[in-house]
Amino acid sequence: MIESTKEARPVKKAARVVSQEKIAEDIYSMWIKTDVARRAMPGQFISVFANDGSKLLPRPISLCEIFHEADILRIVYRVTAANTGTELFSRLKAGEAIEIMGPLGNGFDLSEKNKLRQVRKVLIIGGGIGVPPMLQLAKEFNHILDKHQIQLLMGYRDEVFLMSDFKDFGSLYIATENGSLGTVGTVMDAIDEFDLSADMIYACGPVRMLRAIKGYAKKNRCTCYLSLEEKMACGVGACLACICRSKEIDPHSNLRQKRICKDGPVFLSTEVEI
Amino acid sequence: MRSRIKLGPVELKNPVMTASGTFGSGEEYSEFVDLNRLGAVVTKGVSNIPWRGNATPRIAETHGGMLNAIGLQNPGIDAFIEKDIPFLRRYDTKIIVNVCGKTLEDYLEVVEKLADQPVDLLEINISCPNVKEGGIAFGQRPTGVFDVTQAVKKIAKQPIIMKLSPNVTDITEVARAAEAGGADVLSLINTLTGMKIDIHKREFALANKTGGLSGPAIKPVALRMVYQTANAVSIPIIGMGGIAIPEDAVEFILAGATGVSVGTANFYNPYATIEVLEGIEQYMKEYDFPDMESMIGFVRKH
Repeated sequence: MIESTKEARPVKKAARVVSQEKIAEDIYSMWIKTDVARRAMPGQFISVFANDGSKLLPRPISLCEIFHEADILRIVYRVTAANTGTELFSRLKAGEAIEIMGPLGNGFDLSEKNKLRQVRKVLIIGGGIGVPPMLQLAKEFNHILDKHQIQLLMGYRDEVFLMSDFKDFGSLYIATENGSLGTVGTVMDAIDEFDLSADMIYACGPVRMLRAIKGYAKKNRCTCYLSLEEKMACGVGACLACICRSKEIDPHSNLRQKRICKDGPVFLSTEVEI
Repeated sequence: MRSRIKLGPVELKNPVMTASGTFGSGEEYSEFVDLNRLGAVVTKGVSNIPWRGNATPRIAETHGGMLNAIGLQNPGIDAFIEKDIPFLRRYDTKIIVNVCGKTLEDYLEVVEKLADQPVDLLEINISCPNVKEGGIAFGQRPTGVFDVTQAVKKIAKQPIIMKLSPNVTDITEVARAAEAGGADVLSLINTLTGMKIDIHKREFALANKTGGLSGPAIKPVALRMVYQTANAVSIPIIGMGGIAIPEDAVEFILAGATGVSVGTANFYNPYATIEVLEGIEQYMKEYDFPDMESMIGFVRKH
């Protein structure tokens, strides 16, 4: 059983790469052996450290899959450019050590199972490198709702990834901006094309996509959770680098500002201004 | 306790502190380290009213360090007194409150509100490079440093630490001005002004364009300035700037620092403060330093 996030203090420790593969251009999938997995929840992230004194800050990377009993985490991440920390990660081989800290952030709250069982239809949306964290969420929703109630909508610029992983966990819709697969255009175009509706939405992706989804959720009066992203240093709420605007005064900042790493990354769409 | 030190009239159980702005008010890192073991917790800068800080992105990584332009976001002194001080009081560590402002009146308002609070020292931040008015404007001219120090000292009920900027031609001039103004302690260095450009987006990496450089990359500059300042003044110095491992801290102490602050290293190693503390104590045993007094400024005296 997963402990509540309050009890689950993050730790920084060495982990081991189980395996790694390239699954699309610049997109890598890495399985990591670590007991951090025991306390991890969907929507949370880990800080990943490069073993390189020139690249000191951790890279926050979302959890794509969590195997609580096997102590395994899967991360799927993009190599952002040459000579970056993510490029160093992509060269790691099975058996090699990797320093991580986690689990971090609040994650998608699925603790109120009885309430969630009342949901008629859920729409889980990922865009670009916001696709990976939606896989664990989709998996866990399969323990709450019937498969036909779960709609998965993934948007990509061009090359798609993780499609075969998603297909067992709900009705899968795809949008690609270059039209290589599924709806030509964005996830919003796919919502129009298939006339998708839901009373609960979860989304992670570029801010323009999240802004459009926030607007859609407001118009259609559905509960919507958004997972946000920003450049961060500490990952634990101390440095105040990764703030976002909030609708109400936040008790920690005493301002209309929240910390994405600590108060998020998952927020109700109505509580943040994006 | 061979690692005990004195900052003016205040005794700390050991020389290891946190650098302002890298440790919040201790709560976040209390999940990783036992705050009771620290010599002091130096809080994030606090102003008279809540400050929103700068736009994002607020940080960027650089070779062996980072740039930040947080802009001193803080909840304001009233919320700070209500929440942060009671939290820290639960621990057996000294509390040093970092005070920031845009005008002299701002600083004095905060200092006055802290007068009857259970805090041990005040650190006056006259050196943040990311706030346009105030702060840095006071910190770069010796006359400005003297005036702020004297005005704060007049009303402060706790001993004051003046935090100095490295973005000056001669650090010893501003250090002497602070001492002449009545500072009990000096802390240095704050961050060095820097810049980074994202060549793929073809724009500044920070929304603020410039930011303060910190981390191991600045350590030699910080160490040189601490050494120069130790030669120029007779009040204690808290050395900081790139301290990440015990060896870094030992260098600062041998150069003349009485206390040492761990800053940016907290961000990538949340256990850094305790590792530095244990390493200093180990070093003292290894090199037969019976107390901190015999070790502080060793390379200047021998």
